[in-house]
Amino acid sequence: MNNNGMKKRWISLYVENQVGVLSKISGLFSGKSYNLDSLTVGTTEDPTVSRMTIATVSDDETFEQIKKQLNRLVEVIKVIDFTDVFVRMKEILYVKVRKCSKDDKVECFQIAETFKAKIIDYGKDSVLLEFVQTATKNDAVIKLMKEEFASIEVVRGGSVGIESISMMER
Amino acid sequence: MKKISGNKLLVKALREEQVDTIFGYPGACTIDISDELYKQDYTKVILPRQEVALVHEADAYARSTGKTGVCLVTSGPGATNLVTGLATAYYDSVPLVCFTGQVSRHLIGNDAFQEVDIIGITRSITKYGVTVRNREDLGRILKEAFYIARTGRPGPVLIDLPKDVMGELGSAEYPDEVNIRGYKPNTHVHVGQLKRAVKMLSKAKKPLFLAGGGINIAHANEEFTKLVDVTNVPVVTTVMGRGAVPTTHPLYIGNLGMHGAYACNMAVNECDLLFSIGTRFNDRITGKLHSFAPNAQIVHIDIDTAAISKNVQVDVPIVADAKEAVTKMLEYVTPFETGKWMDTIEDWKAEHPLKMKKKPIMTPQDVIEAINRIFDEAIIVTDVGQHQMFTAQFIEITEKKKLLMSGGLGTMGYGMPGAIGAKIGNPDTPVISISGDGGFQMNSQELATAVLEELPIISCIFNNNNLGMVRQWQKLFYGKRYSMTCLRSGAACRGKCGEVECPVYTPDFMKLADAYGAKGIHITKKEEIEPAFREAMKSTKTPYILEFDIDPEDLVYPMVKPGGTLEDLIMDC
Repeated sequence: MNNNGMKKRWISLYVENQVGVLSKISGLFSGKSYNLDSLTVGTTEDPTVSRMTIATVSDDETFEQIKKQLNRLVEVIKVIDFTDVFVRMKEILYVKVRKCSKDDKVECFQIAETFKAKIIDYGKDSVLLEFVQTATKNDAVIKLMKEEFASIEVVRGGSVGIESISMMER
Repeated sequence: MKKISGNKLLVKALREEQVDTIFGYPGACTIDISDELYKQDYTKVILPRQEVALVHEADAYARSTGKTGVCLVTSGPGATNLVTGLATAYYDSVPLVCFTGQVSRHLIGNDAFQEVDIIGITRSITKYGVTVRNREDLGRILKEAFYIARTGRPGPVLIDLPKDVMGELGSAEYPDEVNIRGYKPNTHVHVGQLKRAVKMLSKAKKPLFLAGGGINIAHANEEFTKLVDVTNVPVVTTVMGRGAVPTTHPLYIGNLGMHGAYACNMAVNECDLLFSIGTRFNDRITGKLHSFAPNAQIVHIDIDTAAISKNVQVDVPIVADAKEAVTKMLEYVTPFETGKWMDTIEDWKAEHPLKMKKKPIMTPQDVIEAINRIFDEAIIVTDVGQHQMFTAQFIEITEKKKLLMSGGLGTMGYGMPGAIGAKIGNPDTPVISISGDGGFQMNSQELATAVLEELPIISCIFNNNNLGMVRQWQKLFYGKRYSMTCLRSGAACRGKCGEVECPVYTPDFMKLADAYGAKGIHITKKEEIEPAFREAMKSTKTPYILEFDIDPEDLVYPMVKPGGTLEDLIMDC
């Protein structure tokens, strides 16, 4: 599948902050069988505008269609393709480690130190870690911790991204 | 300024938008709007018998007049009945504004009586849809609805109106202008791209125009015909594009696609430049995608960016309104030498001309050719199925004729309501619908509307007692296992087809016409065709049903096998 450019891509989307817009965007993806890997949304400095960061795994042709179809929607104000631009992108990830032994707890602290995570809560036999890093690194952390501990609970936020400040502006 | 109710503002908006006709069906949530319509005399209100047909009527009204069609239905079932018609209009890019009633805001989400989330239901089949949640937004939303429906690539817009919002007093102001930050339809042509395309056209040895429905929607027929005249480039059309140039034009070859003429499909296959305008390269047009126009570079002009390179990868994309683009092209084009290429095409035409086997009794071709002979001016509306393809193949569309059909969605039941909508919009033009006996029955209740509105439409029924197009596939590809396609089948013959006598066909269309106060003529042989039309066209107020007995063994040929390539045509059995 690699020959037609199948890969993960990122879009940043400015939309009207109105009822039903999220459903319109996600409905477009499901209705047209586009992959929707992750989607985050929040309001911007302008309360009438929301901004979404969307990840999709698609080939070149499909990705072109996705951008065009998004652009067609009346509620979509702007579509920015994050492929091939410098972006800052992070995802928040919480991992709760349960049924911890003493050794497990020590391990948690080591992991936190290695991955620059925070221990944000702590109990008799559980530890709660907070990671803010790229989605890929979060994938790796989840894989590692799943192997390391008997019982973990995971929630992740989906990536948010913004363009880097360009060389011109620096 | 004096404050007025939302209902009053809606009626004011209809007047401001010059809506002379709306198609409406009442209900509890829209009764106040009905009441306001009662008090005015600018907008004529048509009362169809079913919302499913209502929206087709508004759709055909829009297609045939170029105006925006307007519907008003109630909440719940009234709204859900719009679904098929909205999708029909969406796929064929028809400007519609549909108002649905909605329960009051405090009831939304409660599963209230006649409450549905119609915006959610229709999200993927409307160009835009919104529930008006605040009275102060109403004027702006109404203005935007009409603007969005008719501009860019036209399409249906649905506005959901909660009863309490409409009852609330508020500003009487209806805005003059719209400004939607996410919606700025493209109007200008990229001249550089256009020049590049024209240059390719001049270099091509075997150039071909492919005209889609976009030419008809943009009313660019006159300009396009001029372009063809100047350049000498031959034309094929999609079914929706038929009439882009008069079908009698010497450079017109015919329709391409699943039931396209042999010469057309060969021309697409052999051309070295396919210059396409206003088509989305639907699968019924292209056949197997990777072998579509294998030898050609492709230029594609379309108003919708997303239509370009969606199905077929193109070499020169141009986002523009068809009329603007063609008009601009006329500035740059010169005559090209296409004589040899035309000779080849003429040879293909001679090799496999488009015609049905002659029969002593009557074929669909005989009926359609009678229409060609008799009517210089007409709007022809079809249903969906074999009769539609026969019509698409044989009907002549010249300057004073129009062809309307559900091309994209393929909605059975469009025909007769479509004729009603077209006739209401064009009272002085003869309007003829052509349906199969299956499609006609999907909306036959609209005979009441036609009779009461005194519309002398001529509804042709090609009665072959079967759902012919599906039956055709069963005959050709399913070993003649005619499952679910015989309209005479029932309890008496279940499991015993061929062993027992067939049940009598129902309904008796002549009695049906009579019951509604319409007139009916049953035509059983060739000689009766013309006299029947001659009689029907004399009618000034009464609709006519012309029922033609058609042999179910009359199949639509040629045919590209579903999923096959365009050159791989089944010519005849």
